[in-house]
Amino acid sequence: MIELSELHKSFGAVEVLRGITANVTRGEVVCIIGPSGSGKSTILRCINGLEEYDGGTITIDGVRVDRTSPGIKTIRTEIAMVFQRFNLFPHRTALENVIEGPVYVKGVRREEALPRARELLSRVGLAAKADAYPAELSGGQMQRVAIARALAMQPKAILFDEPTSSLDPELVGEVLSVMRRLAEDGMTMVVVTHEIRFAQEVADRVLFLDHGKILEEGPARQVLSAPQHVRTQEFLKRVLRPI
Amino acid sequence: MTKFLANAVEFLPILLQGVWLTIVVTFGSLLLSTLLGLIWALMRVSRVRALQTIAISVVNTIRGIPILVQLFYIYFVMPELGVTLTALQAAIIGLGVAYSAYQAENFRAGIEAIEKGQVEAAESLGMSWSLMMRRVVLPQAVKIMLPPYGNIMIMMLKDSSQASTITVAELTLKGQLIASSTFKYTSVLTLVAILYLVMSVPLILFVGWLERRLQQGKR
Repeated sequence: MIELSELHKSFGAVEVLRGITANVTRGEVVCIIGPSGSGKSTILRCINGLEEYDGGTITIDGVRVDRTSPGIKTIRTEIAMVFQRFNLFPHRTALENVIEGPVYVKGVRREEALPRARELLSRVGLAAKADAYPAELSGGQMQRVAIARALAMQPKAILFDEPTSSLDPELVGEVLSVMRRLAEDGMTMVVVTHEIRFAQEVADRVLFLDHGKILEEGPARQVLSAPQHVRTQEFLKRVLRPI
Repeated sequence: MTKFLANAVEFLPILLQGVWLTIVVTFGSLLLSTLLGLIWALMRVSRVRALQTIAISVVNTIRGIPILVQLFYIYFVMPELGVTLTALQAAIIGLGVAYSAYQAENFRAGIEAIEKGQVEAAESLGMSWSLMMRRVVLPQAVKIMLPPYGNIMIMMLKDSSQASTITVAELTLKGQLIASSTFKYTSVLTLVAILYLVMSVPLILFVGWLERRLQQGKR
């Protein structure tokens, strides 16, 4: 469904993506791991057209992603994104955050969007917080609202950009369990993460990225338990045994 | 003191006519400057290079010319170009245009203070630029813009006195006229100053209240 071919991207003189070729099929959960600065987040941002890319192509169901074309808005309604810093709209309640996209972008009637939004909030365990403003929520709750907001667009796929990296450790679990349930429901997901155990349990496939290249990819168990590449081995050793 | 009070009773009704015009000029130009300022600011933060350039040029041109000269220009030069305005219209347009530059800078600062993540979240929902401005950026930016906006209101009230130079009989001109014909400068100008204070103190208090309220409401 999502196809990347020979993707290149530079920020000034720094080449952050050096020929990424990968694809994500419907219903698949792909985790992208790798050291910081390896270009993981940039890949997601290119898929969603938040970032332009310099070479190669990205297509979604055959449609080329081009940040400057008018069609990008349609692609964005189909591919949702969950951010590291949540990026909820602080001036709107949890419920309003969730209906914002359906009502104002897709033109769904408010009366239709509201019950569906409530249902999504209860799906992420936040039915009671529908009328709370983001500032009244914990990080984990905010991220779950952000996931509900993404789901409200009824996307073909959701991109997660380090969804638990700015959470207190004790709040990580609640977000991961919501994501795990999404994966079980068959949602197509691309997850940039440092949560190796999550990747192990949930991912169908893992890509290991280093210096803008995919050094290793394969089924989660293979890449994470029996990495072939020495850099993958070193990285996993560092992440799993940080001290 | 009794003399002053006697003078006050005599001159206040005339000065109050001037107060009315001061209020008309102030709010007229406030409205115009807000609209124009918003247009310049949105052009400036738009993604169209040409619009940005136009906005920057306009704002800098306006900022670089004294308000007085702009007023004279609109009142005395425009008729030669075939546009004749009443003094009041010229004052409102002149002050409105002149202040639109400061309004624009304030609005732009407010818009640019919004976190980039907000824009990205809006974009990732598929929002167009205008929808994003309307639903996400401006509602948040207003909170940042309001305190400086209050200050602009106060400055505007005081700068409306410049309309006196193009014969708008607002408070300052009324005062000048009375003073120069009666030679009671002390009484008249004291009254004028008091009237300005009476008008600006509520504005100052309002701005202070607004700032406190926004502090509390900070989420």
